[in-house]
Amino acid sequence: MTKTAQINLVVNGEKYFENVPVRMNLADFLRNKLGLTGTHVGCEHGVCGACTIFLDGVTARSCLTLAVQADETEVTTIEGYETDKNASDLIKNFHKRNALQCGYCTPGMLASSIEYIEQGNPPDRKKVKEHISGNYCRCTGYQAIVDAICTTIEERQSR
Amino acid sequence: MTGPATVFDKPTDYIGKSIPRSDASRLLRGQGRYVDDMQLPRMVHAVFLRSPYAHAKINSIDISQAIDLQGVVAIFTGKDIAQHVEPYVGVLSHLPGLRSPAQYPLAVDVARWQGEPVAVVICASRALGEDALEYIKVDYEQIPAVTDTLDAMSSEAPLIHKEYDSNLAWKREVEFGNLEEALAQDDVVVVEKQIKFGRHTGVTLETRATVCDYIPGDEQLIMYYAGQAPHMLQFILAKHLDMLEENVRVVAHDVGGSFGIKVHTYGDEIATAIIAKLLKRPVKFTADRLESFVTDIHARDHVVDAKIGVKKDGTIVGMGFNDFTGIGPFSMYPRTSAIECNQILNLTGAPYQFEHYHAVGNVVFQNKTLMCQYRAVGHPIAMAISDCMIEEAARVIGMDPVKIRKKNLIPDDAYPTKSVTGMRFDDLSHHACLDKLLEIMDYEGLLVDQQKERGNGIYRGIGFVSLVEVTNPSPMFYGVGGAPIASQDGATVRLDAAGALHVSSSVTEQGQGTNAILQQIAADVFGVAIERVKVTTGDTATVPYGGGTWASRGAGIGGEAMLLASHALKEQVLETAAVILQAKPENLDISSGEVISKESGEQKISLGDLAKIVYYRGNELPNDLRPELIATRHYRVTDFPFVFTNGAMAAHVEVDTNTGFIKILHFWAVEDCGRVINPQLVDDQIRGGVVQGIGGALYEECIYDTDGQMQNASMADYLVPMASEMPEITVAHVETYTKTSVLGAKGAGEAGTGGAPAAIMNAVNNALEPLNCGLWQMPMTPERVLKALGKIK
Repeated sequence: MTKTAQINLVVNGEKYFENVPVRMNLADFLRNKLGLTGTHVGCEHGVCGACTIFLDGVTARSCLTLAVQADETEVTTIEGYETDKNASDLIKNFHKRNALQCGYCTPGMLASSIEYIEQGNPPDRKKVKEHISGNYCRCTGYQAIVDAICTTIEERQSR
Repeated sequence: MTGPATVFDKPTDYIGKSIPRSDASRLLRGQGRYVDDMQLPRMVHAVFLRSPYAHAKINSIDISQAIDLQGVVAIFTGKDIAQHVEPYVGVLSHLPGLRSPAQYPLAVDVARWQGEPVAVVICASRALGEDALEYIKVDYEQIPAVTDTLDAMSSEAPLIHKEYDSNLAWKREVEFGNLEEALAQDDVVVVEKQIKFGRHTGVTLETRATVCDYIPGDEQLIMYYAGQAPHMLQFILAKHLDMLEENVRVVAHDVGGSFGIKVHTYGDEIATAIIAKLLKRPVKFTADRLESFVTDIHARDHVVDAKIGVKKDGTIVGMGFNDFTGIGPFSMYPRTSAIECNQILNLTGAPYQFEHYHAVGNVVFQNKTLMCQYRAVGHPIAMAISDCMIEEAARVIGMDPVKIRKKNLIPDDAYPTKSVTGMRFDDLSHHACLDKLLEIMDYEGLLVDQQKERGNGIYRGIGFVSLVEVTNPSPMFYGVGGAPIASQDGATVRLDAAGALHVSSSVTEQGQGTNAILQQIAADVFGVAIERVKVTTGDTATVPYGGGTWASRGAGIGGEAMLLASHALKEQVLETAAVILQAKPENLDISSGEVISKESGEQKISLGDLAKIVYYRGNELPNDLRPELIATRHYRVTDFPFVFTNGAMAAHVEVDTNTGFIKILHFWAVEDCGRVINPQLVDDQIRGGVVQGIGGALYEECIYDTDGQMQNASMADYLVPMASEMPEITVAHVETYTKTSVLGAKGAGEAGTGGAPAAIMNAVNNALEPLNCGLWQMPMTPERVLKALGKIK
C-alpha cells in the first residue's frame, strides 16, 4: 500500500488541504489532483523545463519536487501568471510575437521569463538566451521567445 | 489555375498579414487541451512492459504475481492482443519489391528492438501499473542483435526475419545518362566522399499519448490522440480492429509538437484501443520520455558513398551515390520506411542542371527502433549529398561556392522543366533566392572577416545550400500505392444566425498555425471580421474527409479548399441577399460582415439580419428560394505529383580548433513558398525548421551499442538545440505563386530542416579548409571535429 500524507498549500491564491501519496510529484498533484493541467510534463527528470512553476516565489521543477515538499508553501502556475505575477504584458507579447507554437513548453518558458524579468535583468538577447536555456522548445527556434521577453522589458522600462 | 480568380482582384484584409494566432491566447493561459490532460469517468491506465533486449525469443510470460496487485485491472501479453487484431504490413505497391513481415502491436514470440512492447498492465494509475510491471516474469532467450546497417548486409549477419534470405528490405536503382562514362572523361574532375548521417528522432515535447473510449451501446470507439492524420487512423483502427469505419471516431485537440513523429501506427496506441474495446471503458496511455526515445520513430541513419564530376569551369557533369539506411526490424505502417530513401533517390541534385545520374538506395532491417518519416523526409540527406559535394568540387577546382551554383542552378526562366530524375518543376526561383540571400548576408564582408580572423587563429566558415522541398503532395505520394491516406482535403464554411462564420477543415493543427491561416483565408474571402470566424479541425465526426497535416500541405491544400468553400458560400449568400434586396447578385459584395453595394460600398443588410431571415423567418422569402448558408469544397493537386518549393540558405560558423566546438554565428534563409498567408507564422516555421536542422547537423544522435541498447535515451543525454547555442536567423522571401491553385501557396514547414544541415556542413568544411581537413559525418560533434583535425584518435 502506498503511504499517503496530508498537505496544506496555496495554489494561485486558493487554499487546498489534500491527502496525497508520499511518492507523488508536484506536477502530477497539480495536474491530476487539482486539475491544473496548464503545467506540462515533458521529461520527468528535470531537464526539459516544461513543468517549471513558482514555489514560494522561486522557480522550481514540479517534476522533481514531491507534492509533500510543497506542504505549507505558496505555488503559482501558468493559470495564475496573469493575476498573481502581473504578467499580462508578457503574455500579450508572447501572443503578438508568436513566441509559442505547440504551446507545450509555454508554461515553463513563461515561468523562466517571469523570473528573468522579476530579477530586474536587462533586455540583453545573449543573457535572455542563457536564462531560458533550461527550457526546451522544439518548435520556435527560440528567437521569437527572446523577442517577446526583450520587448516586455523595454516596454516596462519606458513606462 | 482553377476556381475563382477574382479573389485577389482587390487588396486583402488578412491574407498576407502577420495576424497573431487566436489559438495561442488559450495556450498562454494554461487552457490547452492535450490528450494527457483528459480524465474520463472509470478511466484506467495502460502501462507497457517493454523488451530490455534488442533481439530475444520470448519463451514465456508469467503474470501470476502481478495480476493480484493493488489497482491492477487486467494484464495482456502480446499473444493476448494478437487475438484481437489483424496484423499490419508496412509496404506500398508503388515501391515495388519493398518487403516487411506482418507486425503485431506487441511482440508475440520474438522481440526485435529494445523497447518493443511485450505485455501491458491495465491499472488504476500509472504509478501502480509501473509497480506491477516489476512482478511480470518474462523468460527471454537472447538472440544476437544486428545493429550496424552495413554489417546487417553481410552474408554472415544473423537474419532478423527467417522467412527472408537477407536483411534487405528494399533496393532501388536510378540511372539517367551514363555517369561512369561521363566521369571518365579527361576534362572532368571527380570528387568522392563518404557522408554519414546519424540516426536521430523528433523529441516532441509532448510525448505520444492516447485516450481510447468504447461506448458499447453505440458500438463506437473514440480515440483521442495527439496526432496529425485523424482520418488515416480512423481507417486503420476500423480495419485492424474489425469495426465499421463510421463507428470509429478519432479526435485530435491540441498537439504538443509532432514533426512527423505522430503520423504513424504505433503498437502501444493500437493496443490501447483494443483494450478499451475489450474492457468497455476509457484507457489512457501516455509515453514517458524513455518510452518515447525507444519507440517514437527515428529518422535518417544513412551511410552514403557519393561522387560528383565537374569540369574545370565548374559545369556539373553528373553525380551519383550508394546509400545504405537502417530502418529497424519492420517497415513502419502505413507510410513505410522506404519513403525517405526514395526521396533521396528522387531529389538529390534537383536544383541543378546536369545529365548524368546514378543512384542506388538500400533499405536495411536492423534491431533498432523503427525508422520512418520525420520532418523534411529525405531532404537533409539529398541536399547534403548534392550541395556538400558541389562545394567540395568547387574547393578542388578553386571556384567560389556561389559561382559554381550560379553556373549550374536551373535558370529561373526555364520553367516548366524537369530534373535529371524526371521530377516536374514549375514556378521555382533558385537564382532569385540566391541573389536575395547574398543581398541580406553581406557575403563579401564575411569573406573579408574570414581572411582577417584566420590570421588570429580563428577559423570561420560560410556555407550555402540551394534546395527544393516537396510540398502539396498529390495522390502520387501515398494513395497511388494503396495507403489509406487522403491527398485531398475539404473545408466546410457555415454562416450562423448571428452572422458569424463556422469553418471546419480536415487539415490539423500541431502549433504551426494551421487554424490561424484557415481563419485568415475564410475571413478574407468571405468578408467578415476575423474575430467572427471559429475554426474546428481534428475530429473525424465533424470535419470533412481529408489527409490531415504532413508533407507541408496544410496551407497549400487545406488553405485552397478553405478559399474555394468561402468563395462558394459568398456566392450563395449574395444570391439570397439579391432576392431580399431586390438587386442583382453581381452588384453586391460582402465586407466586414455586411452585404454592401459593390459600386457605392453602402451597407445594405448585415449577415446576421440576412441569416435571421433565412433561419427564423423563411416565410418572408419566395417559396422557390431555398438558401444554403453552408458550403463545402475539396481540393487536390492534379497537375503535378507534388508542388515543389525552393530556397537558398547560408550558415556562418566558427570552429574552435582547440575544443572542437562549433558555434553558429548567424543563419540566413530565403524561401519561396509562393503566396505567404501570414509572414510571421511562415518565418517562425522556417526558423523552427532551421533549428531542427541544426540539431541534426550538430547535436542529435541516437547512440546504440553493438547489442542494440540505446545509450542516451534521456533528455539529459540526447542533446537538442537550446536557446544559448542558437543563432539569430534572418528570413526573407521570394514569392512565386504556384499556378496549381488560386491561393498560390506552397508549403514552408520543412525547408529549414531540409536545408540547414548541408549549409552547416559546408560552413564547417569551409572553416577547416586552411587546415587541410574536412568533416563528413553528422552530427558534427566536438569529438568528430577534433578527430578530423587529427588532434585525437
